[in-house]
Amino acid sequence: MIENITILGGYDKKGNKEAVEEVVIHREEIFGVVGPTGSGKSSLIGDIEQLAQEDTFSKRKILVNGKEPSYDDRTNPRKKMVAQLSQNMNFLADMGVGEFLTLHAKCRGVKDTCVDKVIELANSLTGEPIKKEHELTILSGGQSRALMVADVAIISDSPIVLIDEIENAGIRKHDALQVLSGHGKIVMVVTHDPVLALMTDKRIVMKNGGMDKVVTTSLHEKTISQKLNKIDELMLNLREKVRRGELVNDISVDDI
Amino acid sequence: MKMIIVAGTPGSGKTAVLIHALKSLKTKNLKSSVVKIDCLYTDDDQKFAKIGVPVKIGLSMDMCPDHYAIYNVEDMLSWAQENDSDYLIVETAGLCHRCAPYTKNSLGVCVIDATSGPNTPLKVGPFLSTADIAVITKGDMISQAEREIFREKILEVNPKAKIIEANGLSGQGCVELAEEMINTKEVSEEEKLRHSAPLAVCTLCVGETKVNKKHHRGILRRIDGFESYEGE
Ligand SMILES: Nc1nc2c(ncn2[C@@H]2O[C@H](COP(=O)(O)OP(=O)(O)OP(=O)(O)O)[C@@H](O)[C@H]2O)c(=O)[nH]1
Ligand SMILES: [Mg+2]
Ligand SMILES: [Zn+2]
Repeated sequence: MIENITILGGYDKKGNKEAVEEVVIHREEIFGVVGPTGSGKSSLIGDIEQLAQEDTFSKRKILVNGKEPSYDDRTNPRKKMVAQLSQNMNFLADMGVGEFLTLHAKCRGVKDTCVDKVIELANSLTGEPIKKEHELTILSGGQSRALMVADVAIISDSPIVLIDEIENAGIRKHDALQVLSGHGKIVMVVTHDPVLALMTDKRIVMKNGGMDKVVTTSLHEKTISQKLNKIDELMLNLREKVRRGELVNDISVDDI
Repeated sequence: MKMIIVAGTPGSGKTAVLIHALKSLKTKNLKSSVVKIDCLYTDDDQKFAKIGVPVKIGLSMDMCPDHYAIYNVEDMLSWAQENDSDYLIVETAGLCHRCAPYTKNSLGVCVIDATSGPNTPLKVGPFLSTADIAVITKGDMISQAEREIFREKILEVNPKAKIIEANGLSGQGCVELAEEMINTKEVSEEEKLRHSAPLAVCTLCVGETKVNKKHHRGILRRIDGFESYEGE
């Protein structure tokens, strides 16, 4: 059981010690990672994915339950503690959706009966239907992203989940974050999107490749986050209406 | 002298990964010399020169680059010795998928590009199956699920390989590769190949250009599997 992970700070791009020396993330917590492009958000996520032991560019060290993870824990996909949803939007593997999910289930030591469940979940996150016999490479950005989310949620069911930007994907981002956070997981999400950023418990602010500070989401921000959720729902509904070829007559913003 | 032989398809990221690994050796005051073997053209010498390691290139032209590399091992080793290096690194194009350039006591490193498709490990042959280390590059461009499938396929071909997931851009995994270089053994006076060179030399190998069957000698194999030997 993973109770917490600790990020021990290393060095930023200029070789200075990171301002934040230590961050502890407990299970059931959602952490955001924010900062301008090139500020090192993806590298931070990368360090956690590999459970870095001062062996990456940043020289950070990641502890699990306060201890160094074993080599096997770090590399064996069947024991893999970290599931990651990376920035890339499309699949490159030349195979069908069903075949791909079956192979991945085998890698993770999961029964392949889950394949249909993954496809079903993916379809609940995107408007364009995904079928088992589709080729991976022809899926749209939204379909690919939805399938990756469902795959991470069901097949790579790891206690630590890392998400590198879901906002631009054309999928239901709230549902996606909910599906991914599951029960008792540690979740980190890289995002520029206030809807997601304010949904988190805390956010790590990146600057010049280093962790600059950790901000706790205020109660006030949590209320704003709920308002933003409603705006987001509204946008999604409008989007569906337009997609279906309907006319948009009015919008109601009273309850926001 | 330790010898590291790095093979992998063109553009797989051999140089990018090596540059990070060699920088890491440098910080430990370990000296390396690099030889790049390619067929027709390379500008890798400039890339290695930038980080200040002695570099030499060898172009095999119309010869199999692995055969060419193997034939020149002794000379390369003595050149590295003259440079007072601890390591000889040989980067080879590894185009002929029937050969593998690794010798018994060298560290055999196969660099393989994760974006090249999950069946690539099954296609590349002995330079993967006889390697000590398989370095997977460009994992940053595919999903974690695709990475995991790719890794499994490599282990199907070479269950004993140590897999390093590296990134030639960020340098991820390259310190680990350098660590493996440090831990490898010294080469001996009489190195032997791990994998014997291809089946036979055929008429085409010695320059025959006529296509019709009647002009060919040696071990001949039909597409339906029928094999015969023509000649003395
Ligand atoms: N995205 C990404 N690109 C990479 C990675 N590794 C290398 N590259 C890029 O891939 C290209 C080829 O890399 P090289 O290191 O020159 O490949 P090589 O195997 O040495 O190529 P040859 O010597 O010509 O056979 C370069 O543009 C690198 O920047 C990686 O991990 N991720
Ligand atoms: Mg090269
Ligand atoms: Zn050959």
